[in-house]
Amino acid sequence: MAETIIRTERLTKRFGSFTAVDEISFTVGSGEIFGFLGANGAGKTTAIRMLTGLLSPTEGSASVAGFDVYRESESIKRSIGYMSQRFSLYDDLTPRENVRFFGGIYGLGSSELKEKGERMLEALDLGHAADTRLSALPLGWKQKLAFSVALLHEPKLVFLDEPTGGVDPVTRRRFWDLIYQTASSGVTVFVTTHYMDEAEYCDRVSIMVDGRIAALDTPEKLRERYEVNTMNDVFIRLARPARRSE
Amino acid sequence: MNKQFNGFRGLRIVGHLLRKEFLQIFRNRGMLPIIFLIPFIQMVILSNAATFDVPEVPFHLQDFDRSALSERLIERFTSSGYFRMTGESFARTKGIDELVSGNASMVLVIPEEFEKELVSTGHARLQLMINAEDGFTAGVIRGYAEEIVGSFNQDQPALIPRSLDIGNSPPGIEIRSSGWYNPELVYSDYMVPGILVVLVTIIGLFLSGMNIVREKEIGTIDQINVTPIKRWQFITGKLLPFLIIGLAELTIGLVIARVGFHVPMLGQYWLIFMVASIYLLVLLGLGLLISTVTDSQQQAMFVSWFFSVIFILLSGLFTPIESMPHWAQNFTQINPIRHFVDIMRRVMLKGADAKDISQPMAILAIQAIAMLSLAVNRYRKVSS
Repeated sequence: MAETIIRTERLTKRFGSFTAVDEISFTVGSGEIFGFLGANGAGKTTAIRMLTGLLSPTEGSASVAGFDVYRESESIKRSIGYMSQRFSLYDDLTPRENVRFFGGIYGLGSSELKEKGERMLEALDLGHAADTRLSALPLGWKQKLAFSVALLHEPKLVFLDEPTGGVDPVTRRRFWDLIYQTASSGVTVFVTTHYMDEAEYCDRVSIMVDGRIAALDTPEKLRERYEVNTMNDVFIRLARPARRSE
Repeated sequence: MNKQFNGFRGLRIVGHLLRKEFLQIFRNRGMLPIIFLIPFIQMVILSNAATFDVPEVPFHLQDFDRSALSERLIERFTSSGYFRMTGESFARTKGIDELVSGNASMVLVIPEEFEKELVSTGHARLQLMINAEDGFTAGVIRGYAEEIVGSFNQDQPALIPRSLDIGNSPPGIEIRSSGWYNPELVYSDYMVPGILVVLVTIIGLFLSGMNIVREKEIGTIDQINVTPIKRWQFITGKLLPFLIIGLAELTIGLVIARVGFHVPMLGQYWLIFMVASIYLLVLLGLGLLISTVTDSQQQAMFVSWFFSVIFILLSGLFTPIESMPHWAQNFTQINPIRHFVDIMRRVMLKGADAKDISQPMAILAIQAIAMLSLAVNRYRKVSS
């Protein structure tokens, strides 16, 4: 494996007496597409929030892009991109304004912003809608835009928390084309999803059950180990005994 | 990368945030009319409607004397502008009926031989029956009546050796009152400076707190917290727009006060804007603090409402601080609205300068520093 970009060691988060994330340890290599799977409530989002510096861990250690999550969360933020589960660009701004705002607060200069922004909008085929408010655009476009915005400052690593929720298979497939493109340029992609066909596209996947990592390997090896034909069956085998599932 | 470049880039990030906030505020169809209609509605309605004056008191007349002198006295009442006669009768019970039914707020009874007695002894009695359901209004009506009778007395010196006396005011003593700084006791002069404070308060407290909580609600706050933006940049970018809008509202309000209500402005405008900025910092700090402890706009709204009602009622805006119980008077010392109302009235109506208001201004400044440091301290990019 190439250089390690994420390393966690018994990383734990408790809310009162509830242990949301229970001593997870794993590593992600630079340039990987790492699938982070789990049922609802398994602790995926909590784990991502700790790795992105939005939430401080209770115990254990973790480093992201070489920085410690406790002490260097602001340095982590410079090196990562993040696109959250809840679509989180501004609906009352246009794509161009969103790009300008987020690029701006990452500290991009105005000429750089302009050039990159225009190139990006063109690449997304959003040129004609660049000045339409986001609220009027289809969800699939907004997701692609949010992904590109997360990459605007050229991070080494991007976290995608259920990036394709609520859109049709064709749109999802197109979104994954973008993910591949990004990964091929050397950016590590850390992605959570509920769609098991998407899990097949990942280099490696981990499956979280009740706050713990129940399995972690390439999709192929996981299928072999559990003697099933699809990732869907692997997931069901592992997640069915979960106590926390809704 | 040198330090200077970093500082410049840091400010540019604040600029990006400011730009975004203003875009959103001016694009919000629900918000924009509120922001710009509030000053007009508050100034026009509150300043005109919330008055202590009692216009045209309806009164019932019972003139048992029917003399030239009683006629003249009645003339004084009806031509004063304060009273309007609604009827006349000669049965005692009828007068009381009129009070009970609400047709009249006062019954003026002139007894028989009123003129004769006044001319011969220099002394006569009148009876006023006033509806005192609302004690305050009754006091105002009594005041009007005394004023009229008093001026009637003065105009009859040749005719009457001593004065006509109602109630228990001892003859020979005359009270002359004159209101300083607001000589005609124009109600709006007193009220408008206070209403301007309420105006600035609503913008500062409600809009700032709700704005940040809204980002929490829709989830965009995470997208911002995951960037390397610094706390001071975020807070400056979030609070500055409302400081600017608050001062813009104050400007509109001052123009209406001047043009619409002819409220005097004896002090310096720059002083008012300076104090308003300090005051807004107190409120913005409070708004930010509220946003850190609440998770929805509803919660933020309720908490802001709680503070603003208490602060406004105990500000001396509607009821004098002197008539509050001792503990409440002490409490008003920590009430920023009280100090700003006080300063506004003193600067606008008395022409107070910076030295005159240095004490309340210092209190506001201390509150601004305390509130902002508390709020900034509580605001976290990383939750636990």
